[in-house]
Amino acid sequence: MSHAILANFESKSYLAQRSSRPRTDLEGDRKMLQAFKDLHWRRDIALKQYLVPETLPEALKMLEQYKGRARVIAGGTDVMVELRRRDYEVEALVDITRIQGMGGIEFQWDRIVLGGGVTHAQTAASPLIREKAGLLAEGCAAMGSPQIRSIATVAGNLVSGQPAADAAIPLLALDAQVTIASTNGTRVVGLSDFFLDVGKTVVDPRREILTSIEFKPLDADQGGGFLRLSKRRALSLPMLVCAVVVTLDKARQAIADAAIALGPVAPTPFRSRRIEDAIKGKPASLETLQQVAENASAYCSPRDSLLRGSCDYRQEMVKVLVKRGLRKALEQAGCVL
Amino acid sequence: MVEVAVSPGTLLVDLLRENLGLTGTKVGCREGECGACTVLMDGEAVNSCLIPALKVQGREVTTIEGLQKPDGSLDPIQDAFMEAGAAQCGFCTPGMILNAKALLNSNPDPDEGEIRKALSGVLCRCTGYRKIVQAVKNAASGK
Repeated sequence: MSHAILANFESKSYLAQRSSRPRTDLEGDRKMLQAFKDLHWRRDIALKQYLVPETLPEALKMLEQYKGRARVIAGGTDVMVELRRRDYEVEALVDITRIQGMGGIEFQWDRIVLGGGVTHAQTAASPLIREKAGLLAEGCAAMGSPQIRSIATVAGNLVSGQPAADAAIPLLALDAQVTIASTNGTRVVGLSDFFLDVGKTVVDPRREILTSIEFKPLDADQGGGFLRLSKRRALSLPMLVCAVVVTLDKARQAIADAAIALGPVAPTPFRSRRIEDAIKGKPASLETLQQVAENASAYCSPRDSLLRGSCDYRQEMVKVLVKRGLRKALEQAGCVL
Repeated sequence: MVEVAVSPGTLLVDLLRENLGLTGTKVGCREGECGACTVLMDGEAVNSCLIPALKVQGREVTTIEGLQKPDGSLDPIQDAFMEAGAAQCGFCTPGMILNAKALLNSNPDPDEGEIRKALSGVLCRCTGYRKIVQAVKNAASGK
């Protein structure tokens, strides 16, 4: 965005110098200059207070006191960009990264629980996640850059609500649930009910805090796959992300269950239930995968995007990613294709 | 250890450059894409353009200036960059060196893939990556 403005600004002044016609659009020039200054060079963000609570109740109380004029910040890698871009304005930021007890990855009963403060780097490096939910480790390792991964939280990746978020897509395939706290208490929401629209989820970051994420580890008869299509291997937005979890019926060599999450093919991270239903009970064979992949793209409607590629291209690529993802997951579940 | 008063909306990169005069940390894109502003926060590489200054209260921040030892000698990575001619315009160099530092702290003997991955969050617009990767290899092997 800022680069586009910069280019416009330069070409405009270049033309103005070269042109023998008198300049008439001074107001336009002034606005362009201001936009350039605002976007590219404005240093501070407008903020009255930066609060650093040490407990969850303290943090929730701070949010409540500001009555919607404060916002939660964790790693801040999205929030700071949005504030500088003036997507929204706040009076205070409540930094939740020093709250005790939100930074761990652990087994609780039969589930893996990630604290709300866990970063992408931590998740990608965690032996537990790599062994029991490898697709999430891969997604977290693909997000942003090393400097972003070392502070950006997985919870933040969810709350930002982007349709192709690298951690959100595998978590959606894992049927993860999140716990959301506010001064009214806590509630648990499944990720299938979590995303509302681009940039919008059921969490209101002006009043609520996503405190933990939990999901079942993959069993021995289950496998997972994460695939990402992007222009470069580093620091690039994905053109497509696909995460798959399958359960293999070993006795019958059939697919007992499958979860296929895709993005960005809709305004929110997308689970294609119809494809998932259609695949249940089918033999675990390459023919099945081919069939499912052909059907998959019909349910997806990616937009034409200069950044991410055309709809036609990406619909073709959905087929490829779904097929490869399923194959990878089945092989991990112990199936020989 | 320094004590500075800053306004709540100040970013770490501006605190370093404007208030403390540590201009070795560069400002490129201000949105976490280029990595020129990389510093180490408690040993981990982060983009200082995305960090509110108040987030680093009580934490250790290492900038490129901080790699120089008290006796004036340079960090082996800095020496290796000079030896290999790994700087062209020099703008990305502090970010490259600090990401390399974070890598070598946790993995003293990285292979080329690990080095490239560790440097993947810094853009060199001169496209001089080959010598940069070589310099990090040399620093790791003590050449």
